Amino acid sequence: MPFIPHTESDIRSMLASIGAASTDALFDEIPAELNCGGLPGIPEGLSEMHVTRLMHRRAAQDGFYSNFIGAGAYEHHIPAAVWPIVTRGEFYSAYTPYQAEASQGTLQLLYEYQTMMASLTGLDVSNASLYDGASALAEAVLMAVRANKAGCRRVLVPATVHPRYLAVTRTTVKNQNIELVSVPFDKTTGVTDLAALEAMAGEAAALVIPQPNFFGALEPVDALTDWAHAHNMLAIAVVNPLALALLKPPGLWGAVGKNQGADICVGDGQPLGVPMSSGGPYFGFMTTRQTLVRQMPGRLVGRTVDLDGQPGFTLTLQAREQHIRRSKATSNICTNQGLLVTAATIHMALLGPAGLKSVALESHAKTRALLEKLVSVPGVERVFNSTFFHEAVIRVNTPVDDVLRALRAQGILGGYALGGDYPELADCILVCATETKTDDDLEQYRQQLERILSRRNGREPGVPPCAYK
Amino acid sequence: MLIFEHAHPGRRAHAQAPYNAPAAFDLPADQLRQTPPLLPETSELDVVRHYTGLSQKNFSIDTQFYPLGSCTMKYNPRACNSLAMLPQFLSRHPLADVATGQGFLVSMYELQEMLMEVTGMAAVSLAPMAGAHGEFAGVAMIRAYHDARGDTARREIIVPDAAHGTNPATATMCGYVVKEIPTDRQGNVDLDALKAAVGPQTAGLMLTNPSTLGVFEKTIVEIQKIVHAAGGLSYYDGANLNAILGRVRPGDMGFDVIHMNLHKTFSTPHGGGGPGAGPVGVSERLQPFLPIPYVVSERDFYRWAEEADVPQSIGRMSAFGGNMGVLLRAWVYARMLGGVGMQRVAEFAALNANYLAAELNKAGFELAFPERRASHEFIVTLKKLKDETGISAMDFAKRLLDYGFHAPTTYFPMLVPECLLIEPTETESKETLDAFVQAMVAVKREAESQPDLVKSAPHKLPSRRLDDVKAARELDLVWKPA
Repeated sequence: MPFIPHTESDIRSMLASIGAASTDALFDEIPAELNCGGLPGIPEGLSEMHVTRLMHRRAAQDGFYSNFIGAGAYEHHIPAAVWPIVTRGEFYSAYTPYQAEASQGTLQLLYEYQTMMASLTGLDVSNASLYDGASALAEAVLMAVRANKAGCRRVLVPATVHPRYLAVTRTTVKNQNIELVSVPFDKTTGVTDLAALEAMAGEAAALVIPQPNFFGALEPVDALTDWAHAHNMLAIAVVNPLALALLKPPGLWGAVGKNQGADICVGDGQPLGVPMSSGGPYFGFMTTRQTLVRQMPGRLVGRTVDLDGQPGFTLTLQAREQHIRRSKATSNICTNQGLLVTAATIHMALLGPAGLKSVALESHAKTRALLEKLVSVPGVERVFNSTFFHEAVIRVNTPVDDVLRALRAQGILGGYALGGDYPELADCILVCATETKTDDDLEQYRQQLERILSRRNGREPGVPPCAYK
Repeated sequence: MLIFEHAHPGRRAHAQAPYNAPAAFDLPADQLRQTPPLLPETSELDVVRHYTGLSQKNFSIDTQFYPLGSCTMKYNPRACNSLAMLPQFLSRHPLADVATGQGFLVSMYELQEMLMEVTGMAAVSLAPMAGAHGEFAGVAMIRAYHDARGDTARREIIVPDAAHGTNPATATMCGYVVKEIPTDRQGNVDLDALKAAVGPQTAGLMLTNPSTLGVFEKTIVEIQKIVHAAGGLSYYDGANLNAILGRVRPGDMGFDVIHMNLHKTFSTPHGGGGPGAGPVGVSERLQPFLPIPYVVSERDFYRWAEEADVPQSIGRMSAFGGNMGVLLRAWVYARMLGGVGMQRVAEFAALNANYLAAELNKAGFELAFPERRASHEFIVTLKKLKDETGISAMDFAKRLLDYGFHAPTTYFPMLVPECLLIEPTETESKETLDAFVQAMVAVKREAESQPDLVKSAPHKLPSRRLDDVKAARELDLVWKPA
């Protein structure tokens, strides 16, 4: 019996203690007509060896690719020390740290994590994580609406915010009578159009500010933050945490003054030591000002003392949470993404401020180099002229799907096709190169792209790209 | 000592980051960070030693027994972890074409199929990332169903008073008003109260079965009739699915929508508070509203169903479709167990719970529902002990930690005074359960003879009892250098 230790003699003596004739008798309060009599539709159990063989085969089938897709999930080197510590049983198989005295390891780690995230984002406090970046934005929108004293239920979301973050936010707030209003971007710069924003009528509880935005471009964050504050809105920053090793932290956005900085900062922690894993598990983070801490969803760890006066850590402000406040809680969130935060904390500690900055710089430089190479190919041009972090948009003169399919046949994932989310960018690809790419990788991409486009562009009319060979 | 206190300016783990990274020569100065973030400057060995040391301050399933009611803290098989962490799975980009992920996607498709079979539901989406996230999806689907029919007067969700806190919190997030109904003395939903509560305003009922009191709702068929006759839908909170695996299926009980906690029933790790996974299953009438994406199969090719396939979907719940790595672990677990293994899960979870209840009862502990069969968990009430000695359930739980046992769930459900909710799970041996009974007896004796020892527990852990009041009043959430 997999994972069940009982011997025949155990079963007999346990049933005798209970006074039951059989294990079936333990289900005698369940109406007999409901008994499904087993699960014939589930395949027979496999030994560990057989399931291992099957899984290795499936993994090999999926293989490895030279990846230039970013769009919210980024390939970075993860130090070898991170995951062996994360998957130690004491972290991996521990419960939520409600029993503080038996969870000091996890709790202290979370306190260290909160400190790192608060500093990285330049804000006062951090929670212990949310599900992912998209759901963190949804929670930030709900939080901004809760904090709005005038009861305004309208939030401005630039079209340069990750389209899927917007979709998740829509799913989350749909039933709470909250209106999400789109703000257009400038077609030349690819960043939020300040003039269009200025022209928007009506009040709002918050303005969302992505940095870098979905196109990889750096938004005019100072001007946007000041604009939001001048119009009595909270500024919600959505950031790539790795970029903040290099870029101005949201807590310092805008003009110097008592109201300086974004009010809430969220994002996805995946670039900090979490593998891409087909999309999850990642973790969402949220930091904010001290004054908003009671409006914050999710778990918080505080430092306190024990009976001997020694420092220790415990979950705090639990009165905001569902297990205490029930229908009046700040959110229904219970489980968060503790194990991923464990990875991120160890990852950030290993890299330190200098290491994290050099990863950010190297990723920026690699994307710059990639862009230079790609726009040198006939039929390729750069789309926006803004400064970017580690992603940029190119336009190709050949149908995007064909190009990406042909690249894939050469083992290259060439980027993210933007047409699905932005019909006006149907001939555009969002590309990303991180520190994991060598100059040779970049050159491979350029050569293959050049070959595909030149075939496609008339030299051999009617001949399909090499993918169909 | 915090990691920051191990730091020395200029120290680095050099091998971890690119050598000779260039400067940001082309980025405008007003966009750049002026002062570095407060990350520790330490060596690789400093970091490895610090976090290995922290791990050793934790209780965990791999080191201790966790009789934590409602949480299903069973053994997390190691193969589930190692196979989910094969490099091809870890390195796959979520937006890579599905053609590059057929090995991964077929596993997700099979997991959906197995969960449909286990629950008796018509369709499953793996999108929700935790139990509460699944609850949100479930209640949002109930709302979408009524709205799609123009039945918009239904504003209330009925929740028994014994329910998990996430149930009422979720209903509120979906824009519903919560109506609580009481539990009768046998631990069942009070049918008369339910009858009085339902009406044209009822959107649905949220129910855990077996309930959080550790007993099966005997009148479940009747409950379904009452809710459905009023035009409401019924929601199954799958927190206690471990108790009925392969015995009774929520779909056969008449539920319209359910969520499952894979980090409970399917043995994926709790990870110190996540990541979980909270797939949802639905009956046919709710199928058009399932959250996206989920996997569909077309002539043995697997792809995600997205907006265009499911136009009435409640929408997307995460940027990329869910906690894939957790789902892979659940798939490995399900394949190792097989159908027969799953049925044995409930059988031995029930055997362990009923045995432990019987032994504790013989040792003088008062069961909250002595005349009822325990499901996979049961409640001991320490009210008498509290009245006689002043020792609370919390004190008792803290002293158990000194004996090397994680505390049972305390003060939940709230309607049983001074309660310990105990769930041993099927993976624990008889010897472990016997040792736990001995520890319970020893703590009870101490409560009677040396109450101060129990009140000031724990004594043998890395910290003594922590001051929660100070933590909340003098908030210290972030370390600041002196």
